[in-house]
Amino acid sequence: MWEKKYLCVMNFSSKLLEQAVAEFGRLPGVGQKTALRLVLHLLSQPEAEVSRFTEALDRLKREIRYCTTCHNVSDTAVCEICASHKRDGALICVVEDTRDVMAIENTDQYHGVYHVLGGLISPMDGVGPSDLQIDSLVKRVEAGGVREVIVALSATMEGDTTIFYLYKKLKDFGVQISTIARGISFGGELEYVDEVTLGRSIATRVPYERSIA
Amino acid sequence: MWLKQLAVLNFKNYTEVTLHFAPEVNAFTGANGAGKTNLLDAIHYLSLCKSFFNPIDSQQIRRDADWFMVQGEFDKDGQADTVACSLKRNQKKQFKKNKKAYSRLADHIGQFPLVMVSPSDSAIVTDGSEERRRFVDNVISQTDLAYLDGLIAYNKCLAQRNSLLKQAARGSKLDSSLLEVLDMQLVEFGVPIFEKRRAFMAEFIPEFDNHYRFLTDTAETVSLVYESQLMHAPFGTLLEQYLDRDRLLERTNVGIHKDDLLFTIHGDMPLKKFGSQGQQKSFLIALKLAQYSFLHRQKGFKPLLLLDDIFDKLDDHRTRKLMQMVSADDFGQIFLTDTDSMRINRIFDEINRRVRIFEINSCTARQLEKNG
Ligand SMILES: [Zn+2]
Repeated sequence: MWEKKYLCVMNFSSKLLEQAVAEFGRLPGVGQKTALRLVLHLLSQPEAEVSRFTEALDRLKREIRYCTTCHNVSDTAVCEICASHKRDGALICVVEDTRDVMAIENTDQYHGVYHVLGGLISPMDGVGPSDLQIDSLVKRVEAGGVREVIVALSATMEGDTTIFYLYKKLKDFGVQISTIARGISFGGELEYVDEVTLGRSIATRVPYERSIA
Repeated sequence: MWLKQLAVLNFKNYTEVTLHFAPEVNAFTGANGAGKTNLLDAIHYLSLCKSFFNPIDSQQIRRDADWFMVQGEFDKDGQADTVACSLKRNQKKQFKKNKKAYSRLADHIGQFPLVMVSPSDSAIVTDGSEERRRFVDNVISQTDLAYLDGLIAYNKCLAQRNSLLKQAARGSKLDSSLLEVLDMQLVEFGVPIFEKRRAFMAEFIPEFDNHYRFLTDTAETVSLVYESQLMHAPFGTLLEQYLDRDRLLERTNVGIHKDDLLFTIHGDMPLKKFGSQGQQKSFLIALKLAQYSFLHRQKGFKPLLLLDDIFDKLDDHRTRKLMQMVSADDFGQIFLTDTDSMRINRIFDEINRRVRIFEINSCTARQLEKNG
C-alpha cells in the first residue's frame, strides 16, 4: 500500500525513464518502487553490460524452443534430458511447467524423463485439456516403451482435476500411473517444496487409484 | 463464558467508549440512530472477526479517523481472555487473543460463540434460498472447521463445471471425460456437505420446535423441513439425469447449491405468504434460539446472545415469554437493544430478573442501574 502511495507522487523527469519503469513494473511481483530501483541500476551500468542484458532477453523470445518430445523449454529440437542415454525413457514424470522440472532436477534423485503440460485444467480460466500437452502425452504412452507415468502436480483442486483426467486417458494402456505423496499443504506449489522433501516424495510415490463410476 | 468489558475506539459513530457488563442481562437503550446496534456489532466482531451487517471492514472506521479498535475481556471459567480487533485504513485487519496475533482468522471462530437475533433476519424468510443456506452454513461452520473448506472447494468445482457447460454451448465440443472428472469431484465435496447438513437439521429441528412452542404456546403448527435433491437419489445419478438440462441452461441444476429450508404454517402453507408478521418474527426468533441451543450443546458452554430491536413486532405476552425464557438458566449472558428504557425496566421487574441498562445518547453510554 505504501508503494501505491509512492506511485502517486512519482514524477519522472524523463519520458524514457518513465517508460522503462512502466515495463519493469509489468513483471509479476515487481512494484513501481522496485521497478525504479532496477532501472536506475541498469542506467548506472556500462553500456556493454546493459546490451548483454537486453540481448539475452531479445534472443530468449526469438530463439527459444520447446522440446518436441517433452515440451520443456530447450535450445534444441530435443532437449538434453530427452536426448541423454543416462535417463530412463520408460519412466515419465508429468509436471505443470519448467519450474517443476528444475525443482525435481535439483533433487538429483530422479533419472527418468519428463512431460511438461504447460498448465493445469481450469475451465473457468479458459484452460481446457486441448490447451495443454495432454494429447501428446497420450500419444507418447500409446507409442509404447513406457513403464510408469508419475504425475507430480500441485496439491490444488486444478491439480486434482488434471491428475484424475490424465488417469482416465492413460489407464487403459497398461502402464503404472503413480502420484507423488503430496504431504504438501493444500494449495502448496511444487516449486516451493524443499529438495529433500520433494526427492523423498518422488521416491515414495504411490499408485494412483481411483474408482470410476 | 461472558464478556466482562468492551472498549471501542473510532468504531462507527463512537470515538471512545468503555463498558463494564453484567454476566446476565445487559440492555442498550436510546433513540434510533444513537448507536445501540453498533455496540452489538462490536461484540459480533470479537466473536466472529467481522461485522454482522457490513462485510466491508474499512467502513466500520469512524469518519475522519484512520483506524478502529474493538477490545473485549472475556471470562471463560474464571480465566480472563483479552480479544482485540483493529484495522488501519488500507491495511490488513489485526486480530489478537491475549496480545498474540492469529495467523488464520478461522482459528478464532468458535472460541467465543455468539448468536445474533436481528430485524435483518427477516431475509431468511422473505428472500431466496441462498439466505437460508447461509444461515445453515454459518451455524455448522461455527462448530465444524472443515465444513467451510469443503464448501469453498465445492463452489469452486461448481464454477469449473459451469464454465465447461458454457464453453460447450459456445460451440466447443464438450469434453465428456473432463465432465466426468468434475462430476466425481462435485460428488466428493458435495456429499459430505449434504450429510453434515442433514445430520445438523435432524438435531436442529426438534430444538426449533421446542422454542417455537414455548414462545407462542398456541396451537399454531409451524414446520421446518430441510429439502435437498440429494435426498431423492445419489448425487452422481442426479448429475447424469440433469445433464441435458444443464447443457441447455449452461449451468448445473442439481446439487447442494440448490438445498433449501421449507418454512410452513397451518399444515403446508408457506410461512412467507400465510404467516402474520408476529408469527414470522416468532419463527425467526425460534430459529435463532435453536441455533443457540445447538451451539451450546456442541461447545459445552453458553454462547452470547445478542437481541437487536426484537420488541418491535412482538406483543407484550410474547415479549415477556421470550425474556423469561432467555433469562432462565438455559441461556448465558445477553445483550439487547430497545428504544425504551422504561419498557425494559418494566418487563424485567415483571419477570423478576436483573438487568443492567446502558443509556446510549449521541455516541456516549451511561450505565443507569449500578446494582443491576
Ligand atoms: Zn525433452
